[in-house]
Amino acid sequence: MSNRTFALVAFTVALAIAAGCQLIPNEYFFSAAYTVLLYVILATAWNILGGYTGYVNFGSAAFFAIGAYTTVALYYAFKAPLLITVPAGMVVAGLAGLGLGYLTLRLRGVFFAIASLALAVMLYVCVVNWTFVGGARGAYVLQPEEIPFGLPRYIHLLFAVKVMMAAAALVVARAIETSTIGRGLAAIRDDEVAAEAAGVPTLRLKIFSAAVSGALMGMAGTTFPYYLSYIEPSSAFSLTYAVNSIAMPLIGGMMSWIGPLIGAVLLGSVQQFVQVTISSAWNLLIVGVLLVAFVTLAPNGIMGWVGAWRQRRGRGAKG
Amino acid sequence: MSFWGHVSGMEISTSLLFNAIIAGLLLGGFYAAVSVGVSISFGMLDVVNIAHPAFILLGSYIAYYVNSQLGFDPIVVSLVLSPLFFLLGMALYRVYYLCFEKRGQEALRGLAFFFGILFITEVALILVFGVDYRTVQTVYADTTLRLGELDFPLRLVVPFLVSVAMVVGLQLYFTHTFFGRAVLAVAQDPLALRLMGVNPVRVKELAFALSIATAGVAGAFLIVIQPVQPSIGREYIGLTFAVCVLGGMGSIWGTLLGAFVLGLAESFTSTFFGPSWAPAVSFGLLLLTLAFRPSGLFGR
Repeated sequence: MSNRTFALVAFTVALAIAAGCQLIPNEYFFSAAYTVLLYVILATAWNILGGYTGYVNFGSAAFFAIGAYTTVALYYAFKAPLLITVPAGMVVAGLAGLGLGYLTLRLRGVFFAIASLALAVMLYVCVVNWTFVGGARGAYVLQPEEIPFGLPRYIHLLFAVKVMMAAAALVVARAIETSTIGRGLAAIRDDEVAAEAAGVPTLRLKIFSAAVSGALMGMAGTTFPYYLSYIEPSSAFSLTYAVNSIAMPLIGGMMSWIGPLIGAVLLGSVQQFVQVTISSAWNLLIVGVLLVAFVTLAPNGIMGWVGAWRQRRGRGAKG
Repeated sequence: MSFWGHVSGMEISTSLLFNAIIAGLLLGGFYAAVSVGVSISFGMLDVVNIAHPAFILLGSYIAYYVNSQLGFDPIVVSLVLSPLFFLLGMALYRVYYLCFEKRGQEALRGLAFFFGILFITEVALILVFGVDYRTVQTVYADTTLRLGELDFPLRLVVPFLVSVAMVVGLQLYFTHTFFGRAVLAVAQDPLALRLMGVNPVRVKELAFALSIATAGVAGAFLIVIQPVQPSIGREYIGLTFAVCVLGGMGSIWGTLLGAFVLGLAESFTSTFFGPSWAPAVSFGLLLLTLAFRPSGLFGR
């Protein structure tokens, strides 16, 4: 399937989901689905750098919060609508990814990983001390009273926006994966020195994917202040985002765009269920345990199982 | 951060300056104990144990639990219980080796593994102890020695002395015993060690276990110095790696020096800019070091 066809299909399906689900009478569905979609975006974005090149980003929460606080800052400064804050958040988060990548992607992968964690804590401290966006006390961001398309509540709109964003993230991830860039990234993952020797511009490719990955995570964050109408630093920078955006691609499978999607939908839904039926602390424990279990026992994730099963079946048919 | 009383009427007097220096040095000694384990695991063994702070917190909570139940001194408790941490470290390294190092997958999946361990420990501590801050009772907690204008709070001095003793002891151990030299040899060239008939995996296992044992002891220092809550472990990830990188990877003296640099930097930041900025210092220094001098301040 060419990229254009895939994009067409993805956006059509997304539009159908966004419109069709509006008929669901349960309000809770929208906030649960919103969260699952948020994780689809974060996991897909993380995988563009982590899965395709093997550089672990622990700072997903930082990029997410950059998106969220860009919205807050623009809201307080000019009452800017979502149509402006979404691209703005993407640009700022993308630049952050670019800067972090430029500074640390030349070093061994582990230094990038630690630096990404460092970035998250640094930005957290800066936001806590930045009173314009509420500082440690947090800030209120009111949902607009006028809701377009005649939707009954604002969460319906946020849900529709998230569906489209998720589709966009998947289209971008797949486009990168199937392009020359994607092959270069895969070469870096397999053997960076050999890739460099073969003429792959490794540093430029890594920085590029760090920027794209950051921008998509920022995009996921831009709607966050509207979701609860309230934002404070420790929820925006929550380690939960970082853990989930690593766990989901690992559980789903990191080799292609479909793995993070599967991982996010599965793990995201399980979390929504556990959060309601048991408690949110247990829910986090489950994510951690699943992450460790998959990484030790099934390092290629669910898609790895599928691949092995296909291979076995293929061999069986031939022999 | 609750180590410091922030100075509001910003008068930069000499006594303020000297007290900031003393607080920084005392804190630096503690940071050396916190980071020396990472210097061993990350610097020498090339095992990127970002879950190290989780074991520090585990040590804090064990010290807290024994202290609240039986009233024993937390630092003594941690030293007595350090063999347990040693065993835990051995088990953890064995899993890490079998699942990642042996398969050559340590880069991405090993990191994710330790990140998962960090997260699980934090959530488990929250489930058991809740999110309230916990403190310990010690005989020296409320005493402050005064030398003229200078303050020496014992809740900083005692951990400082024990941790410097521990770090210096480790350095002597690594340079003066057969096993210690084997660890240094693993750090330099595991293949050569194999040729000499020593099993590098076994050496790494014991050395990693030693690094986790230091985490348990450092945890007791932590809860003597400040109240502890499960999620503060994250702040120490940046700190331990900053110290480790600043000091030049895998050098114990470098760790001690790096820890003093960081302690002073944090102390000055919170005295003159306010304590809410202190956590940014270690991460900022780490980012700067990584960007401009990845071999460390004292590296070759």
